[in-house]
Amino acid sequence: MSLYQDVIIAGFGGQGVMLIGNLLAYAGMEAGLEVTYIPVYGPEMRGGTANCTVVISSEDIGSPIIQRPKSLIAMNQPSMDKFQPRMQDGGIQIINSSLVDPALADPRVITYSVPANEIADGIGNTRMANMVALGAYVQATGAVPLDVVKKSLTSVISSHYSHLIPKNADALQAGADHVAAQMR
Amino acid sequence: MSDNKRIFIKGNEAIARGALAAGLTCYFGYPITPQNDIPEFLSAELPAVGGEFVQAESEVASANMLLGAAAGGARAMTTSSSPGISLMQEAISYMAGSDLPAVIVNISRGGPGLGDIGSSQGDYFQSTRGGGHGDYRTMVLAPGTCQEGYDMMIQAFDMAFKYRNPVLVLGDAIVGQMKEPVTPWVPESISNYGVEDWCLSGAVGREKRLLKSLFLEEGALAGQNIHLQEKYTAMQAEARADVYACDDAELVVVAYGSIGRIVKSSVRKLRSEGHKVGLVRPLTLYPFPATVLEDLAKAGKRFLTIEHNCGQMVEDVRLSIRKYADSDFHGHMPGELPGSDDFVQPILARLGR
Repeated sequence: MSLYQDVIIAGFGGQGVMLIGNLLAYAGMEAGLEVTYIPVYGPEMRGGTANCTVVISSEDIGSPIIQRPKSLIAMNQPSMDKFQPRMQDGGIQIINSSLVDPALADPRVITYSVPANEIADGIGNTRMANMVALGAYVQATGAVPLDVVKKSLTSVISSHYSHLIPKNADALQAGADHVAAQMR
Repeated sequence: MSDNKRIFIKGNEAIARGALAAGLTCYFGYPITPQNDIPEFLSAELPAVGGEFVQAESEVASANMLLGAAAGGARAMTTSSSPGISLMQEAISYMAGSDLPAVIVNISRGGPGLGDIGSSQGDYFQSTRGGGHGDYRTMVLAPGTCQEGYDMMIQAFDMAFKYRNPVLVLGDAIVGQMKEPVTPWVPESISNYGVEDWCLSGAVGREKRLLKSLFLEEGALAGQNIHLQEKYTAMQAEARADVYACDDAELVVVAYGSIGRIVKSSVRKLRSEGHKVGLVRPLTLYPFPATVLEDLAKAGKRFLTIEHNCGQMVEDVRLSIRKYADSDFHGHMPGELPGSDDFVQPILARLGR
């Protein structure tokens, strides 16, 4: 069966959007798929927001740069404002409702609201909001199995922070659980 | 042999690892975005395998150090980006004129001048027409994926020594900065093609040797130019292209490197909608895969060349097909990041004609 998924992951600098982009792409590779990861490169980098694009496919990937994504992870309001209008109809977006107003979600796309900061706070550190959002994304799209993402943590997080891996795995799970409850 | 497990790395790192797999022993370079991952990686990994890493005081120095190492028979390289490559042209001309094997990587950026640090294909002319003064050519390889970045470094070193000629690997910011899975491999054997018979290795016990690009004796420079032209003719056998969905195509799009792969997405989308469009992605820019295009032109195809510049490779496409067809051109401006949506309409417009 042919599989294709692409996602823009966006937030402000420091929210770890590049890290979860790397993690998702790495997990895609570990799942035996073709993947590309490209950070935003150019003047946009200087606006205080960061974003990256990940493509996961069962066949070789053409463009690593996606103008109208099938899915979006918006970690803050400016990210949603910028990328939601570019999404394909019927696409899936994860919005970090701790910082994004769910009332602004476009009915054109399927939106999962995830209070990622609050959930991460409950696990022990707000900075894991990125992992909560990625867990939610993986649950909502089925792009790669969640356990492969968890196993990939050791390859993406530097050894200096390896003691944080169990908590990050918890954050991934919490995000997935939050979306699973909405999907029921 | 390394194991065949895929690793997830940037194109720049793939190029650095490919160079190591090709037996790199000397690196000279000067920092410039967007290729800095290459010297960063090699500054640790090359000394670790007994090689020499030098951060030179300038690109001019890097290129002349490369000339010296090449004259000594070393498997040597430099890397830079567009403005830095311009500074190296004098030494590249000297290396070509002296029949020296060297590898030069250009992770190109927007121009002219300092341009920007974004992606661009504005260096096609410079790369394929020599770049410096005199009648010479460098072989030019154009990776479009991280795996090709790795593979083409192994090919580049082999070609450099096979032909005793500088080989350029022309990537761009997209190829350099994106990450993909790469399967590392090491060639079973590495040939220096008899480098010990000509390199400067110390003349104790043998006749002295002279490597130079200065030919003042009557007839000498003409002889050298005839020799170089024969070499470039022989190099034509190395031309390669990736041909996709061209058999029944009415329109063939020609695009290279990162733009070639981005256009592939556009071609796939249009194919899924029933449009008869194909893609030729040149893998070598010099020698240019002219016969591939000529054969398609003979078969009655129409052509559209797409580049991330204002129209450079299109001249080679037109030369290749001139007896049978012409090529339209669509340019994506340097300074603007391209995506697959940018090329669907331009292709559709030509299909409808």
